[in-house]
Amino acid sequence: MNKENKIIKNNSVGLVKTQEFTFESLKLESAEKLGPVTLAYETYGLLNPEKTNAILIVHALSGDAHAAGVHEGQNNPGWWDEFIGPGKAFDTERYFIICSNVLGGCKGSTGPASINPKTAKPYALDFPLITINDIVNAQKRLIDHLGIEKLLSVVGGSMGGQQVLSWLVNYPHNLASVVPIATTIKHSPQQIAFNEVGRQSIMGDAHWKSGNYYDGPAPVKGLAVARMIGHITYMSDKSMAEKFGRQKKESGQPFKFTADFEVEGYLRYRGDNFVKRFDANSYLYITKAMDNFDASGGRPLQEFLQDTPVKVLVISFKSDWLYPAYQSKEIVKACKLAGVETTYCEIDSTYGHDAFLLEVQEESHLIKHFLKKVFYAYEVTGEYGA
Amino acid sequence: MARKDIQLDHAIILELIKPQSTVLDLGCGNGDLLYLLIKSKQARVQGIEIDDQAIYKCVAKGLNVFHGDVDSGLTEFNDKSFDYVILNQSLQQILHVDKVLTDALRVGKKVIVGIPNFAHYKSRLQMFFQGKAPVTEALPYQWYETPNLHFLSILDFKQYCRAKKINIERIVCIDESRKILFLPNLFAQVGVFLISK
Repeated sequence: MNKENKIIKNNSVGLVKTQEFTFESLKLESAEKLGPVTLAYETYGLLNPEKTNAILIVHALSGDAHAAGVHEGQNNPGWWDEFIGPGKAFDTERYFIICSNVLGGCKGSTGPASINPKTAKPYALDFPLITINDIVNAQKRLIDHLGIEKLLSVVGGSMGGQQVLSWLVNYPHNLASVVPIATTIKHSPQQIAFNEVGRQSIMGDAHWKSGNYYDGPAPVKGLAVARMIGHITYMSDKSMAEKFGRQKKESGQPFKFTADFEVEGYLRYRGDNFVKRFDANSYLYITKAMDNFDASGGRPLQEFLQDTPVKVLVISFKSDWLYPAYQSKEIVKACKLAGVETTYCEIDSTYGHDAFLLEVQEESHLIKHFLKKVFYAYEVTGEYGA
Repeated sequence: MARKDIQLDHAIILELIKPQSTVLDLGCGNGDLLYLLIKSKQARVQGIEIDDQAIYKCVAKGLNVFHGDVDSGLTEFNDKSFDYVILNQSLQQILHVDKVLTDALRVGKKVIVGIPNFAHYKSRLQMFFQGKAPVTEALPYQWYETPNLHFLSILDFKQYCRAKKINIERIVCIDESRKILFLPNLFAQVGVFLISK
């Protein structure tokens, strides 16, 4: 049995294909018009005839449309495969799951590496400044295209959580529920600072050439360092100690600033791998969108949530210092003040920010039961039967 | 309304709550009471609970619950945003009782407080004859493992309400299986108060 079949057997959604949806143009928050716009997306499960079982999953900074299953001839399951499939948190036997690559991305959706129809060359820095709201407005077009008026839920962690909040504020009538995970209403100076170091690393790479590198070598060193910084912020002191300790690699080489420690080797490996699949300009545009995002535009979030019938599940993680629990509690506070039906849980995890991808059991439990409640006409289930 | 399969204090609280009310339960535990309130009173409910395993059980029942401690969980609610705020068997475990009760009376139109009665005759007998801190059905912990921070009697709480000008609308005193009408501060294990301000 090959590995692919093993993956498929493990309650996977099986073989999946990325699809494309192209529309003429999108008016951006900056008032600029971008077009044509293509969104790469995948779907899992079946849309019911009433079209009430659709869930949009929105990805984080480096994610893509491939959230679950495997692609033909490849072994890598989607980035949230453990959560999506028959019997899993997003049960594909009950729900229709959609995941699209963000606008500005580089995994099939229109972004700075796409061809600018005006010049027949990649956009590079001619690509307009995009916002999280623009990303969400493009997703709304995809949802309209799929004929879905009201989503059962929009779910995502980190930057995905920012998109979730944008959906909640901008399209409350097209939603039954939202699940923002390990996220924030707006970035703190610390979060902006880490992103800025990543951007400086890219822009400081001689190959970046003000973004015009598509016909030559890419700024891979700068992008790799940006990713290395990212990875440090996604882990916790404890998870790094557990994973690497002070273990040294057996190099046998004389001292030349090679990767002596396991953690150094890991970061270099992660950085080098990332540049094979990610565009440096996309990294700049998307991190800027994250930094600029403020879900409620400087006003108290609760003002946008008054009388919303949307149900909310907020999840944070104890050891997450990049998106600390206090930021999730700000969301919860706004929901409290607006009288929105809300559940909040801070999961006891040592994984740091990465926990939203890794804490399968607890997170699945929360999501699964929450979705069940929302889907089955808010009927309370449980050990009492009835 | 009292059914055999539900705790007596829960049955008493169900009696006190009008149908279709909004209810906030501070220290809701596994959510059993909130679940009953939805099922039998069509209440709109919200819980606050500190223990994460209890949160998972609440979510499995389809309840809305906030993970957090009661001491800090109340300040963020608007005035009178619930018909009832419940503190059942949680008041004695709260650090800042006065602050939480003041806030509960602000957030809720009415507040229901259920306390274990430290002056139950069994406690008194243990104190008097054995010279030991009491361990009873309502106070089941040894002194070194109790989560209780405050030890009060039904009479103590009455006097507290009087001193703070809190209206006591009803008091129901019970032991494990029935209501206690005669000398409740001596014979009741639990006092359930309906109060307002």
